[in-house]
Amino acid sequence: MKRTNFYAQHMAAQAKMVEFAGFEMPIQYPKGIMHEHEVVRTGVGVFDVSHMGEFDVRGTGALAFLQQLTVNDVSKLVPGKAQYSAMCKPDGGIVDDLLVYMMSENHYMMVVNGACEEKDWNWAFENSKNFADCQLTNMSADINLLAVQGPKSLETLQKLTSTNLSEIQYYGFAEGTLAGVDMILSRTGYTGEIGMEIYFRGGEDVAAAIWNAVFAAGEEFGIEPIGLAARDTLRLEKGYCLYGNDIDETTHPLEAGLGWITKLAKGTFNGSDVIAKAKEQGVTRKLVGLVIGVEKFIARHGYDIVHNGTTVGKVTSGNIAPSLNKAIALGYVPTELSAPGSMVEIAARGKTFPAEVVKIPFSA
Amino acid sequence: MTFPDNCKYTHDHEWVRVEGNIGIIGVTDHAQGELGDVVYIDIADDLAEVEKGGSFGTIEAVKTVADLFSPVGGKVVEVNRGLNDAPETVNKDPYGEGWIVKVELSNPADLDELMDVNAYKELVGH
Repeated sequence: MKRTNFYAQHMAAQAKMVEFAGFEMPIQYPKGIMHEHEVVRTGVGVFDVSHMGEFDVRGTGALAFLQQLTVNDVSKLVPGKAQYSAMCKPDGGIVDDLLVYMMSENHYMMVVNGACEEKDWNWAFENSKNFADCQLTNMSADINLLAVQGPKSLETLQKLTSTNLSEIQYYGFAEGTLAGVDMILSRTGYTGEIGMEIYFRGGEDVAAAIWNAVFAAGEEFGIEPIGLAARDTLRLEKGYCLYGNDIDETTHPLEAGLGWITKLAKGTFNGSDVIAKAKEQGVTRKLVGLVIGVEKFIARHGYDIVHNGTTVGKVTSGNIAPSLNKAIALGYVPTELSAPGSMVEIAARGKTFPAEVVKIPFSA
Repeated sequence: MTFPDNCKYTHDHEWVRVEGNIGIIGVTDHAQGELGDVVYIDIADDLAEVEKGGSFGTIEAVKTVADLFSPVGGKVVEVNRGLNDAPETVNKDPYGEGWIVKVELSNPADLDELMDVNAYKELVGH
């Protein structure tokens, strides 16, 4: 199993480690998931997400390649901007969701899920062969990535860099130095809080130096390391999709509520024929938010969604929403049951529990 | 991690502590650590009896849900309903305030089949 360059820091913080995406990753630290969730919502937390994959894309063919590969309109990017996107197979199934960064003209970076890195690399590399002057480099093993998230995140990081972080807009980024190390300072994240993701190269010594600098800077705000479990509850409250749970190769972007990143007007791309047809005919199922009627019943991935005694769909993610103090879930239901206010039931352990379809993001 | 030596243990990570003819039952410190933050203990309102090794409810935690298996058989004399409002007590004090159910032992010999503290420590690698 692989380890990130922050392994020693996780051990020192007494993390509980699990296998994730081929890496030994922290799932939680001793104070627990609820506590970590709260730290990110009210202060500042640090996630090691170095398992994520980063691909460098260069050449005069890079833009045309990314337009074919991804569903969002890459021509809308300017240097210093990133966009959320997805890549699909020809049948519209989602290979992965990702971020596309425009570094400069003819130079981009793709950031993909760690669990999909190998598959995505193969898929992207195969696709790139159709484009002249388009060079891909898999930088995943060389790049450290920390997500520093929460209302105190910018104040924390600002102490360590001369780049004015407040000038970087949401989904913008800057190349600068932080604690003396060159990095990409990106105003992105997966928590719904203000925050940054910082990408930098270097081994364990560099990683340790940055980790220590960030924690020293955040000490006055009660900074803490945050594990994958709280990352999941934080993103779920905001209704962000998790690849492998809510979206996968059997779902297409319109069903998953990702129509807003799927730019059919840009021209053809992988999956565009199928997606355009689905748009024309209307999708038969939709990913919706669900609030469970029983306060603390957790609807988990794979549980059946039932309506009038018939199974009509599946829960794709579910948990307690610690900030909202209710149990929430995402799941696919038939389009006719997808309007907010629709009532369904979730089946588990021989019982059914009522659930109401609600708007995403979830609110109190 | 704590391992009280006045308890008996199951392979499913429950403990029972006997006071008189009453068995007090809960989940072990190891179990609560593996489960993570406990959010709900689901025990039927009309639970009257438990069988040795039988499931008497579920414990819902952020990470997973697990069945609760009784280490002993007997009549249920009390369910810790205080956990409804404070399920995190199971994480904080698994052998004390975080007890789950009290049972009047129907067959004290049930205890003989359970692990003592040393056997349980060995099971969880301590």
